[in-house]
Amino acid sequence: MRVPAMTIVFYVIAAITVAGALAAMLLKNTVHCALALTVAFAGLAIQFLELDAQFAGFAQILVYIGAVAILVVFAILLTRGSETPKEGVFSKTWLAGLAIAAMVFAVLSWAVLNSTSSLPGDSPKPTVSVLEIGNALMGRYVLPLEIVAVLLTSALIGAVIVAKHEKGSAK
Amino acid sequence: MGHVTALQGYLLLAALLFAIGLAGALTRRNAILVLIGIELMLNAANLNLIAFWRYGPHPEALTGMMFAIFSIAVAAAEAAVGLGLVIHIYRFTQTTDLDQMNRMKG
Repeated sequence: MRVPAMTIVFYVIAAITVAGALAAMLLKNTVHCALALTVAFAGLAIQFLELDAQFAGFAQILVYIGAVAILVVFAILLTRGSETPKEGVFSKTWLAGLAIAAMVFAVLSWAVLNSTSSLPGDSPKPTVSVLEIGNALMGRYVLPLEIVAVLLTSALIGAVIVAKHEKGSAK
Repeated sequence: MGHVTALQGYLLLAALLFAIGLAGALTRRNAILVLIGIELMLNAANLNLIAFWRYGPHPEALTGMMFAIFSIAVAAAEAAVGLGLVIHIYRFTQTTDLDQMNRMKG
């Protein structure tokens, strides 16, 4: 069976995604970090579209770029987080954290590169319509869908209650 | 080895994104940036799910796709609660610097 090589599109989008993620973690100004994060999210959404997962790709754009990134920017602006602290943006134990992350990446990439996958390299392109996804969500996956609905409702109510300004209680 | 298949390419990209998110979550001082790192890690896991769904034997069963969609929904809930907690802590301590949050007493 012919094993497909990675396309140029994959490399370009992967480079943009990784650059956005690196910028989000390395930049000093927190607002710039949030904007770089949206670049990484957009790159991932395009990767989802490349993988023929249109619904997940558009859900990624709506939820992450539309909601999470905006939420992060609001939180930064509400907490004066955009000011760069005098001590620098990285914690005192940054070397240990970097070493742990490098080791995790080494182990993961070693496992990926050395595994002989039993999966076929070139599977036929799946054609999944939104109708099928809707039928699956209302049929086989209806219980997880309801649980996620309850989880989202309780999480958002909880977030509002936690972040609500209580007069007099704050010192 | 020597020739990277499409699935391995996506898995390597996801591993790299996970490592970047983990490094950020472990090294940044700002609590919001730590949350951003966690979001990046969750996104890397989603990419793995979608890649395995696409190159797996039964993509028409939609299992990996559903996993990814539910994971996106749970990550959105996590972001809302996490940022709410950061804002609440900021009201008491006037800082989002994790190195200065060293006591649990309010």
